[in-house]
Amino acid sequence: MAAGNDTTSVEYIQHHLQNLTFGLHPQNGWSIAHGQEEAREMGFWALHLDTLGWSIAMGVLFLLLFRRVAVRASSGVPHGLQNVVESIVEFVDRTVNESFHGKNTLIAPLALTVFVWIFLMNSLKLIPVDFLPGLFAKMGVDYMKVVPTTDVNATMGMALGVFFLIIFYSIKVKGVGGFARELSFTPFNHWALIPFNLLLEIIGLVVKPLSLGLRLFGNMFAGEVIFILIALLPFWIQWALNVPWAIFHILVVTLQAFVFMVLTIVYLSLAHEKH
Amino acid sequence: MNINLTLIGQSIAFAIFVWFCMKYVWPPIMQALQERQKRIADGLDAASRATRDLELAQEKANETLAESKAQAHEILEQANKRAAQIVEEARETAREEGDRIVAGARSEIDREVQRAKEELRAQVAVLAVAGAERILESSVDESKHRELVDKLAAEL
Repeated sequence: MAAGNDTTSVEYIQHHLQNLTFGLHPQNGWSIAHGQEEAREMGFWALHLDTLGWSIAMGVLFLLLFRRVAVRASSGVPHGLQNVVESIVEFVDRTVNESFHGKNTLIAPLALTVFVWIFLMNSLKLIPVDFLPGLFAKMGVDYMKVVPTTDVNATMGMALGVFFLIIFYSIKVKGVGGFARELSFTPFNHWALIPFNLLLEIIGLVVKPLSLGLRLFGNMFAGEVIFILIALLPFWIQWALNVPWAIFHILVVTLQAFVFMVLTIVYLSLAHEKH
Repeated sequence: MNINLTLIGQSIAFAIFVWFCMKYVWPPIMQALQERQKRIADGLDAASRATRDLELAQEKANETLAESKAQAHEILEQANKRAAQIVEEARETAREEGDRIVAGARSEIDREVQRAKEELRAQVAVLAVAGAERILESSVDESKHRELVDKLAAEL
């Protein structure tokens, strides 16, 4: 649906960037929002059904595929899917071993989940922007923002998970006292500078999940907007921009998943280090 | 782009996925990978061991071959020497035998010569007596002149 007569370009773009929101509306109670205004009025108590649906679908797809291989995994000659899965697992395992020097059985599976899940969610972007929303519109669903990683809630949700792990392992490895000491006495080891140190360290700590979540969100959202803008062009010229941009995004999709994974590993590695 | 409950929902989903992956996906795959790694390492090990064994066997075979060659050479040499020795011995025996035969023959000849001389001497005595008889035309008293004639014969 290129920009038709009844919808202006701005409306088209806004429509595409609007999540399917289910929440507590001041007037309508628990309901699906009809448009941006209602979604905004719902405030915090709302769910983006499309984001959650697609991200969980991708997560389940990931686990189904990998679980299938895990069940049949043998030490013999690997075939087909097992080959693909094993090379991904080995790639992740190598990356973890390179950056993470502690002993922790959580890190590697966490990194694998982060990498493959984000990769799959990002990959949804390569489906033409109007395809799935059009399909859902036919089924009576007005709003459908497919790529979960273009929703800041999804990326920040994962970043928050990583953030809690950072806090958890910092306290587990160093103890509450050790963690507090690290926050208070680095980088300047002097009691008079404790407030300054605290300020620095806490900012540094909070910036970690923010940089994780917002980097992924920013990259994906910007890419998505460009795709939507390209979709506004006349249909016979769209391919000229769409194809290069999509090919470029094969790189971006993988790279962003990889960056998120590596940063997760590095942050958790830092949390395990004693100063 | 509102921050809302989706944030929490996504965090929960994330946690569940990580937990599942850690529990049911990662360990079996890693185990299979490690087992395969071990098998490949074992296979490589066995291959290198076999190569080393082969090398050893080859070396041993070469050694044995060289040894037997040396042995054969030695035996051949010994045989040659022995043959030469036998020939030498035979030659020696033959020479001795020849010498012995020659010596025998020579003593036989000497004996013959001696006998002939004896015979001749006896005949000469008879001839001399007959000659003297003829010259003297008279009979010589054999018993009277016997001593004389024998002396004569001994001087021949």
